[in-house]
Amino acid sequence: MKRFTWFNATSLTIGFAFLYLPMIVLVVYSFNASKLVTVWAGFSTQWYVQLFTNSDFAQSALVTLKVGLASASIATILGTMAAYVMIRGGRFFGRTLFSGMIYAPLVMPEVITGLSLLLLFIAIGLNRDAFTIILAHTTFGMCYVSVVVSARLSTFDRSLEEAALDLGCSPLAAFRLVTLPIIAPAVVSGWLLAFTLSLDDLVIASFVSGPGATTLPIQIFSAVRLGVNPEINALSTLMIAIVTIGVVTASLITKYTARRPMDA
Amino acid sequence: MRRASLILVPYLWLLALFAVPFVIVLKISLSDIAIAMPPYAPNWEPSDGVAAFREFLSGLDFENYVWLSEDALYWKSALSSLKIAVISTFLTLLLAFPIAYGIANASTDWRPVLLMLVILPFWTSFLIRVYSWMGILSNTGLLNQFLMWTGVINDPLQIINTDIAVYIGIVYTYLPFMILPIYAALDRLDMSILEAAQDLGCTRITAFWLVTIPLAKQGIIAGCFLVFIPALGEYVIPYLLGGSNTLMIGKVLMNEFSANRDWPVASAVAIILLLILVVPIVLFQRNEQRLREVGA
Repeated sequence: MKRFTWFNATSLTIGFAFLYLPMIVLVVYSFNASKLVTVWAGFSTQWYVQLFTNSDFAQSALVTLKVGLASASIATILGTMAAYVMIRGGRFFGRTLFSGMIYAPLVMPEVITGLSLLLLFIAIGLNRDAFTIILAHTTFGMCYVSVVVSARLSTFDRSLEEAALDLGCSPLAAFRLVTLPIIAPAVVSGWLLAFTLSLDDLVIASFVSGPGATTLPIQIFSAVRLGVNPEINALSTLMIAIVTIGVVTASLITKYTARRPMDA
Repeated sequence: MRRASLILVPYLWLLALFAVPFVIVLKISLSDIAIAMPPYAPNWEPSDGVAAFREFLSGLDFENYVWLSEDALYWKSALSSLKIAVISTFLTLLLAFPIAYGIANASTDWRPVLLMLVILPFWTSFLIRVYSWMGILSNTGLLNQFLMWTGVINDPLQIINTDIAVYIGIVYTYLPFMILPIYAALDRLDMSILEAAQDLGCTRITAFWLVTIPLAKQGIIAGCFLVFIPALGEYVIPYLLGGSNTLMIGKVLMNEFSANRDWPVASAVAIILLLILVVPIVLFQRNEQRLREVGA
């Protein structure tokens, strides 16, 4: 028996108002004609025009996307391998260290991860650019992927794999034909998680990036550290719109596919 | 052979980009600042030979840690980080529990929608969510405009650049991390136990304290760690919303590194932050372990 009371309704209303009002304010004020962001002076799209004529933002958005796509993809491959090793690998030398290295980056403060990677890149004399950001993002991304994928791997019936092997599949073919299709949803969510975390990261990227590679969060941060900036409101609105459309579409697709009976 | 390469590739990657950098931080935290590139000493290259390595080892000491422990500023910033993290975790719990409870009690049609509304901000940029409060909390911002319009206050309140703004920022950005594990725990809860408690003479409120809270305990603990651990090392929120007297370890570390260019002290601060976090991280892992055993 579930009870939905006025208390539940009130707490949900207050909670969601708290979660969404700041973002709604941001969106509304991105259409403000005044440069004074706290005074409403009529509707205008001038900040969007200014945003699109500022090529710095386009440049750093491109770097951010490139880093996100590359690091999420490498992280997905490495993370899936790591998850497979953790769940199916049995015992091997240094297994405890391995699982420690998978879980530790998840709880490591960003300032420490950033500092330690920067000191490594300096120690080996690696020039800091988009490539070093990809290395850094792949490292924490693969840990998230491996946690998501190993959760899925540990719940599926291993005898399916064994049946494929008994029926003459090579281990690689068994993985490709049996394991991979079953863990695919987890691999996809792992990729999305790694991609989002890469797009979102400010602290680690500001440690490991050089002057040539500015990501969008770094540029936003340097614009807002001195105060509210209407151009950033416009940029934020665009980013919120993209994420909202993406998440809503994804959840509609899941809902639709979940209702369909399994084919095959 | 194939198994070995499957293990080795992710293993070597993590060794090179997680374990080795960590050892470097540890080593530099034991070095001294030097006016050179790299700006610390002593240094050792494999080509220098074994004798030089012994000399290098004797050049390492705990001087930075001693220095940090003698400076009141660092004690204050460590304690103030702890205070800010504890208070904001508690405030997040106070706000998150009723929301998670409300979602758990909503009809099955509404629950996925409400959960999506909780998760959606998580996919939105963290930086933008922190930034959105800058305009609201400023002296001429919407909150002050609203409070002055209603006549509650006559002069604007100073909220931005204070610890209160940092609390608001942390509660806001980490709220989904608290709601989701508590919701998961409440969702597993068998409502017939609550009915049994009430049949046996509990009021709804005592049933809540004696049955619901203990059964949701592990979700609450997980949520608290998920907020507390990142909040303690937070840098962006105190930088954008806090004032110059908001002391947090993450800010001190950044300051030592980029403004003072004192890499050895910055590394020592990093090691200290990690030492403070070891206890909550181990407790968190144990709680997760227990959750997995319950689930299995």
